[in-house]
Amino acid sequence: MGATFAFAESRDGALRKVAFETVTAARRTADGSGGGEVHALLLGAPGIAAKAEELGRYGADLVIVVEDPGLERYSPEVFAASAAERIRTGGYRAAFFSASAQGRDLAPRTAARLGVSLASDVTEFEMRGDAVVVRHPAYTGKVIATMRLAGAPAVVSLRPGAIAAVEQARSPRVEQAAPAMAPSAARVVVTETSQRAGAKLDLGEAPVIVSGGRGLRAAENFKLVEDLAAAFGNAAVGATRAVTDDGWRPATDQIGQTGRVVSPELYVAVGISGAIQHLAGMRTAKTIVAINKDKDAPIFKIADYGIVGDVFEVVPRLTEEVRKARGH
Amino acid sequence: MKIAVCIKRVPEMELRFSIASDRKSLDQTGLKYEISDFDGYALEVALQLVEKAGSGEVVAISVGPDGVQETLRKALAMGAARAVQLKADHVPFDGFATATALAAELKAGGYDLLLFGRMAADTASGIVGPMTAELLDLPCVTAISHLELAGGRGTARRDLEGASETVQFPLPAVLTIDEGIARPRLATLKGIMAAKKKPLDVRPAQLGKVSLTVESMALPPERAGGKIVGEGPDAVPELVRLLRTEAKVL
Ligand SMILES: Cc1cc2nc3c(=O)[nH]c(=O)nc-3n(C[C@H](O)[C@H](O)[C@H](O)COP(=O)(O)OP(=O)(O)OC[C@H]3O[C@@H](n4cnc5c(N)ncnc54)[C@H](O)[C@@H]3O)c2cc1C
Ligand SMILES: Nc1ncnc2c1ncn2[C@@H]1O[C@H](COP(=O)(O)O)[C@@H](O)[C@H]1O
Repeated sequence: MGATFAFAESRDGALRKVAFETVTAARRTADGSGGGEVHALLLGAPGIAAKAEELGRYGADLVIVVEDPGLERYSPEVFAASAAERIRTGGYRAAFFSASAQGRDLAPRTAARLGVSLASDVTEFEMRGDAVVVRHPAYTGKVIATMRLAGAPAVVSLRPGAIAAVEQARSPRVEQAAPAMAPSAARVVVTETSQRAGAKLDLGEAPVIVSGGRGLRAAENFKLVEDLAAAFGNAAVGATRAVTDDGWRPATDQIGQTGRVVSPELYVAVGISGAIQHLAGMRTAKTIVAINKDKDAPIFKIADYGIVGDVFEVVPRLTEEVRKARGH
Repeated sequence: MKIAVCIKRVPEMELRFSIASDRKSLDQTGLKYEISDFDGYALEVALQLVEKAGSGEVVAISVGPDGVQETLRKALAMGAARAVQLKADHVPFDGFATATALAAELKAGGYDLLLFGRMAADTASGIVGPMTAELLDLPCVTAISHLELAGGRGTARRDLEGASETVQFPLPAVLTIDEGIARPRLATLKGIMAAKKKPLDVRPAQLGKVSLTVESMALPPERAGGKIVGEGPDAVPELVRLLRTEAKVL
């Protein structure tokens, strides 16, 4: 029984949540086909090997660790060369990456080096022999495509949050490996990674997103949205393009067709009309709440729960009630 | 400065879609087409770079059926110097097959930069750019929202979850363009007239092997939603109750 490959993403020496999702997907693939091993690849600065145990918690049998002082930051060419080499020599049926910002860069490069295609931004998958059948929202999420990727191996990137990480603890073996090319030989070099000020919880990882639109009328009124997010305690703040275009929020907060695509447990749309380009980024949220003064706003068509009303009256009240419900 | 921009013709996304009777494709009835949004940004970036350099040309390239000629003419009207249609009756969903065709065309073009959209609006895959770069063994930076060039090198910024990266690279290179970098210009009447006389070459696309195939397409299930809990702040307690007991998110 062949093994299954998972790429384990890290940043600043810590594993990202999506690393547990790719390992979970690989575990599920292995167990669904008679129980092969799961091999996770982890690259980083010296010391990153200490994170191997955490990958074992989600079902990795073997963690291949590539440590090099030149890998403190993401290095597209070294990562792609190392992943491709490992996948080529490992004889894997399937290889899972995340469709995170890093994974969207790394997965297509790796697949092309292997001379195979890639199923990108997958929300569900199932192995059929050596092929994988995937679901992928296409056409700005207005169409769900079911596709078959003939494997050799089947390389898949998973939409962050779509495959929930499941613990299946084991103690993994750790194997040290050298990078497939010297980091100093890379042509493309990440010279700086800057944490965005105020971005406490990332949109891709937050279970709750509170998002604001033009209905808030001015940048300073985003305080309402921030307070509601703080009341939830596990929420990130998003925005529509109308808002990011006006500079009320940074462009990186934009959700939609040309912004981030998110699938939180709960999405609260505050003063957002629900334009198709916005829906493209959030329609796969598990539960959607909308607050809008216009009862005919399109957002109500996809919202599970709506309140017709003025955000300046409804949101402070909601913040208060959520705070109570959360017990703080 | 010689820049190639790979542009894709896609259906306008605002329209209502339905699935064709083969259950594998969109019903083409009533569809209108346009340049994929990020590709428009990429074209604008290319035009500005060549204008700034004071010399050079922008070449627009599209893989697809004859319908893409309309899209290429639009690129010419915006200011591209010439265009190439890599003719294929059907554009596969498989990004590697498309990247193979583009790499074959771009290989000996002598370009300083090859620009792509961050992702096409129809496939929503974001793979053709970086795959083409790998096939050509060129440096590549994806999803950039800021770019500076000087002395044969570039510095780009790309956004990550909660952070951003500054990336340096040598030219020639492949870049995929995110939003926020430039808003595409509108073609002027003069540009539209000039476009009619600009060269548009047609060559057969040398598509790669297709291993990713569409089995079926469906419209997403309608969200059962649409429940209005009530009006004004008085509806809040009921909403919170539903979030706690029914949706179980509180
Ligand atoms: C190519 C392209 C790509 C795009 N990509 C994106 C994208 O990625 N993301 C995105 O979001 N948009 C995108 N857009 C823009 C999109 O079409 C909409 O213009 C945008 O989403 C509207 O933002 P909004 O809902 O904040 O503003 P509006 O549409 O102006 O809606 C404001 C809403 O607030 C309500 N309101 C006003 N005052 C109050 C009040 N006091 N209380 C309660 N409600 C109130 C109004 O009833 C209205 O429904 C794109 C557009 C194009 C053409
Ligand atoms: N048929 C095509 N012709 C020209 N360029 C394309 C084509 N398909 C994709 N591209 C380019 O590749 C980018 C990414 O496409 P995709 O990987 O399908 O999301 C697009 O934004 C275009 O720049």
